[in-house]
Amino acid sequence: MKVYRTTSIALRALRRNPMRATLTTLGIIIGIAAVIVMMEIGNGATAAVQKSIASMGSNMIMIQPGTAASGGVSFGAGSVVTLTPQDCDAVIQQCPDVHAAAPAVTARTQVVYGNKNWVPFFVVGSTPDYLKIRNWTELAQGNMFTDRDVRNANKVCVIGQTLARELFEGASPVGKEIRIKNVSFKVVGVLSLKGANMMGMDQDDIIVAPWTAIKYRVSGTSLGNVNQSSASSTSSTVNSLKNLYPSAQLSLYPTQSETQAADTPQPIRFANVDVILAMSDSTENIPAAVKQINTLLRERHHLRPEEPDDFSVRDMTEMIKTFTTATSLMTNLLLAVALISLIVGGVGIMNIMLVSVTERTREIGLRMSVGARARDILRQFLVEAVVLCLIGGALGITIGHGGAVLVRYFKHWPVQTSPAAIVAAVLVSVSVGIIFGFYPAWKASRLDPIEALRYE
Amino acid sequence: MPFLELRDIYKTYYLGDIDVPVLKGVSMSVSQGELVALMGASGSGKSTLMNILGCLDRPTSGQYLLEGQEISRLSPDQRAMLRNRRIGFVFQSFNLLPRTSALDNVAMPLSYNPEHLPERQAKQKAEEMLGLLGLSDRMSYEPSKLSGGQQQRVAIARALINKPALLLADEPTGNLDSHTSEEILRLFGQLNQTQHITIIIVTHDANIARHAKKIIHISDGVIDGEVKPESVSASPGDAK
Repeated sequence: MKVYRTTSIALRALRRNPMRATLTTLGIIIGIAAVIVMMEIGNGATAAVQKSIASMGSNMIMIQPGTAASGGVSFGAGSVVTLTPQDCDAVIQQCPDVHAAAPAVTARTQVVYGNKNWVPFFVVGSTPDYLKIRNWTELAQGNMFTDRDVRNANKVCVIGQTLARELFEGASPVGKEIRIKNVSFKVVGVLSLKGANMMGMDQDDIIVAPWTAIKYRVSGTSLGNVNQSSASSTSSTVNSLKNLYPSAQLSLYPTQSETQAADTPQPIRFANVDVILAMSDSTENIPAAVKQINTLLRERHHLRPEEPDDFSVRDMTEMIKTFTTATSLMTNLLLAVALISLIVGGVGIMNIMLVSVTERTREIGLRMSVGARARDILRQFLVEAVVLCLIGGALGITIGHGGAVLVRYFKHWPVQTSPAAIVAAVLVSVSVGIIFGFYPAWKASRLDPIEALRYE
Repeated sequence: MPFLELRDIYKTYYLGDIDVPVLKGVSMSVSQGELVALMGASGSGKSTLMNILGCLDRPTSGQYLLEGQEISRLSPDQRAMLRNRRIGFVFQSFNLLPRTSALDNVAMPLSYNPEHLPERQAKQKAEEMLGLLGLSDRMSYEPSKLSGGQQQRVAIARALINKPALLLADEPTGNLDSHTSEEILRLFGQLNQTQHITIIIVTHDANIARHAKKIIHISDGVIDGEVKPESVSASPGDAK
């Protein structure tokens, strides 16, 4: 009741000078409108950037084998073979926050078609889920190979745009046979263009084939051969199909003697993979997924609590953080500019309220003489300022939102309505009203009624 | 018990190093329902006295009893409350809110009333008051569209809206022609008769003072004497 009455008095007082009230509010209108536009465009930009990060596979989690050490010499991450395809299956089945997972083996070798040859940067053996995890499900031509191809170690592959260009020079690669390290693979699909990755590497310089085919027919061991002790045994025993064509390989290291091999037994599994790629449902679930994977793999690898992990789990948190920081920095910068204009608007309000207090000195004296207490006067002028700011805020929100809609319509920028910004705008305009209205109101309330009545 | 009593009121303004004594021991009393004129030349201290009577100002020393209540030591908020409930003011320059209807002007003091009448009732009360002063057909007019006499009547309606016991009029006819002055003074007489409101009119014009039942002369900060209006010689040249 009391609030209603004070507000109606304030509105009546403002209506006495509508032009001035409008011009005063303009500062707040512009300020709030700027804040709203900035927030909506900023939010849109953040969402767009997040989407493009997601397309790089930001929800990706990489599980790599741990380090091998031989006689005090460590060989670095991935130099020991601890991850198996069974680990991957277990991760899919037992980690609720893992959306998909795919084992991957890598190789670096020559690819030949006709009289062309090329060494792709990535020769990846994996499952069809690999593309899902990489957020790369669109194919330019043909289809991805299937799970059945993986089971049968079929000699099929899909190739990236760079490789297609280098080997086929515009002709359709689908259905053609290419040779990877002298093993013939049929191209079943061409991946869509992806461009460079975070490190500037060409992601289209890739060939993806079933991991079984790459492992057993092409590479044998990839990283495993860094580990000298296991190199000879894996490559010679498992890879029986590799030597379809005689190709002499230079051995860089002296071969192990029988005694040496017996002295350093290396637990060789039937099959191991170089890396397991997993993906969580959303960016927020990554930490939970990482934790689940850690627990599961420690259990599967029979590690005692005091033993270090024989694998390492990595995610893209750092990358996401960088991008989020960059966009939020930009948004905050724009917001700061908008806030400055709000402060300017507030100073405008204070200025006009001071003028108004001087102009209405006699009115203040009169109100005091009919029984208004100092605090009634203070409240009246404060409410006037707040009402001005609130009206300005409401108009500013409308104009700002309209502006954002226009920007989306004409410039096709990504824009996102932000309820938080609207709430903040209302709160800010009220507090601007209180902060900048207080001094004039306080000044009015301190007037001496006798002098105020006599003021000319 | 008198309605209003001043006992040995002193008021001194301190302007830097100089003390300016304005009231130098004023003692007077007014009974309930009296119509008193407070006369004095400019600078005699009558405005200061009126401010003290109206609880706008506090005396430097002395006692002011209104309806038996000691006023001079009340806090500003208590005095504001007293002004709202017990005292009505009428000013020389009307002091109406510009660009505000007569009705809203009259209803304005109600918003500082602790009872907080609902808007509709407040409006109704203001309408009644304006009707009483013969302004029923001018309620929605803004002050700039009213004549001087009408403006002053709106101001009187405003002063009366809270049913005060004391009406203080500071040169109420100072801005009006003689005909309207007569009208306003007759209105004061009527209010005094029918509503038994104690009225104090501050003036320097003897013709106006004649309408009062009692005239108190003040000069140089002291009460010069109380007289009945019959004894005041009305000089025709003074009439406005």
